[in-house]
Amino acid sequence: MSAMLSVRDVRKTYQGGGDALKGVSLEIAEGEILALLGPNGAGKTTLISIICGLSTMTGGSVTVGGHDVIRDFRAARRLIGLVPQEIALEPFERVQNTVRLSRGLFGLPAKDGKIEEILRRLSLWDKRDEPIRSLSGGMKRRVLIAKALAHEPRVLFLDEPTAGVDVELRKDMWDIVRDLQAQGVTIILTTHYIEEAEAIADRIGVINKGEILLVEKTAALMKQMGRKRLILELTDPVDTIPDALSHWSLEHGDAPNELVFTYDGHAERTGINRLFADLKTAGLGLRDLTTRQSSLEEIFVGLVHKEGAA
Amino acid sequence: MNWHAIRAIYLFEMARTFRTIWQSIVSPVLSTSLYFVVFGTAIGSRIDEVEGVSYGAFIVPGLIMLSAITQSISNGSFGIYFPKFVGTIYEVLSAPVNFIEIVIGYVGAAATKALMIGVIILITANFFVDIRIEHPLAMIAFLLLTCLSFALFGFIIGIWAKNFEQLQLVPLLIVTPLVFLGGSFYSISMLPPAWQTVTLFNPVVYLVSGFRWSFFGVADVALGWSLLAILAFTCLCLTAIWWIFRTGWRIKT
Repeated sequence: MSAMLSVRDVRKTYQGGGDALKGVSLEIAEGEILALLGPNGAGKTTLISIICGLSTMTGGSVTVGGHDVIRDFRAARRLIGLVPQEIALEPFERVQNTVRLSRGLFGLPAKDGKIEEILRRLSLWDKRDEPIRSLSGGMKRRVLIAKALAHEPRVLFLDEPTAGVDVELRKDMWDIVRDLQAQGVTIILTTHYIEEAEAIADRIGVINKGEILLVEKTAALMKQMGRKRLILELTDPVDTIPDALSHWSLEHGDAPNELVFTYDGHAERTGINRLFADLKTAGLGLRDLTTRQSSLEEIFVGLVHKEGAA
Repeated sequence: MNWHAIRAIYLFEMARTFRTIWQSIVSPVLSTSLYFVVFGTAIGSRIDEVEGVSYGAFIVPGLIMLSAITQSISNGSFGIYFPKFVGTIYEVLSAPVNFIEIVIGYVGAAATKALMIGVIILITANFFVDIRIEHPLAMIAFLLLTCLSFALFGFIIGIWAKNFEQLQLVPLLIVTPLVFLGGSFYSISMLPPAWQTVTLFNPVVYLVSGFRWSFFGVADVALGWSLLAILAFTCLCLTAIWWIFRTGWRIKT
């Protein structure tokens, strides 16, 4: 499959110095979903801004559907839809009008039933004549999505789409993303939540300090990275870890009665059964259990260390 | 050309005008009436005629120019500043439109609104004084060019401004004095010779003079200079906007 989006050695240096992007290269196939993960300030939004024309690049090139985003900007941009990170909407404008503006801006006639179709799909049709300031935060985000889809883009950028979004909208959003993928739309999303990336993306790219650290198939990456933490809440506080548990390399948790066990969540045998047996041997009683997927930050620390060591 | 985009921006901006229709129409009608009460009736009754025209009628072109210029600037600057302020500018910048299309949409709408207000003032003025228009086509052309050029100027201010204070700065501190001292309410021949010379450096003098000529056939400066001044100002603004979009100054990071 040919690349729908091709980013070649894109660099961005700000005037005051400081490299936001240090030669990023990326190829994304048509109909693929790529999740870009990275901490704040990693360069995710800068990269998206450059592709969409909001920011100028210092070096490199980008093509969308084979069209250079600078030389052939009209053809390239017609293919792109962007849902920005911040809720940017005119408060006094009405829902339908703002979506109509979006469709018009991308060179399509406003009154051909498409807007109704999009608004219905995002459960916004009943709100079409409401001023935007009267909508809830979740509804505003739906309007942003409606605007991005107004011109039926072939490549959709979702910049932190689920930040501060309720469960229902989150679910709707992923349904829409899957629908779009089924129609062959290429999707690039950025997120802080690894679970989200895992659930939806075909591939995951990790970006840090303006560099792509790796781009890998989601399943492969999760296998490689999926550390989990089991937090054991005990009936009584433990000052020192009993000898019977010394080989488990447990750590103290936040509370005095908490112990933390870190393990590979994708492993065939996690050892949890044996750990429980040893806990019983050591005479420790359990009150509660929680598990936590290693956070993105922890994965980063792991990745960056690995990069440094290699 | 992306005509759909031009149309979309234009209609979107005009919708903003019509949402605030009362403010848009009532306030210029009210302020014009006040000018007539103060300048036309209270003060004007003590001034006979200026260059063969009753003082009340004499100030009409100046009043229209005053509103057309300030409205063009405020609409032009607000139209582009507000999307910058709320962040919706991202959509325009990521759309398949070039700067000419963006400018036609935004500036066209700003100029249209100013033009509408100019016409409303002309109609209002008719209730107070008898107005004759000797050169109606030239009158329309002057008004149109003024609205367009100052809406362009406003657009530049809107891009330059980083906050609402800056947005008001240029109109309040530069444009309003220039307009008031530009012969809106008097003929520059009424000034002492030295001030007449100083006044000639005020670009607004040329606009008001030319516009007044289209009404009464009398002008402070030669008509050719008026035309040249407004065309030069338009070209200057267009060049500045071309440069802004070429470099992405204050709009792209």
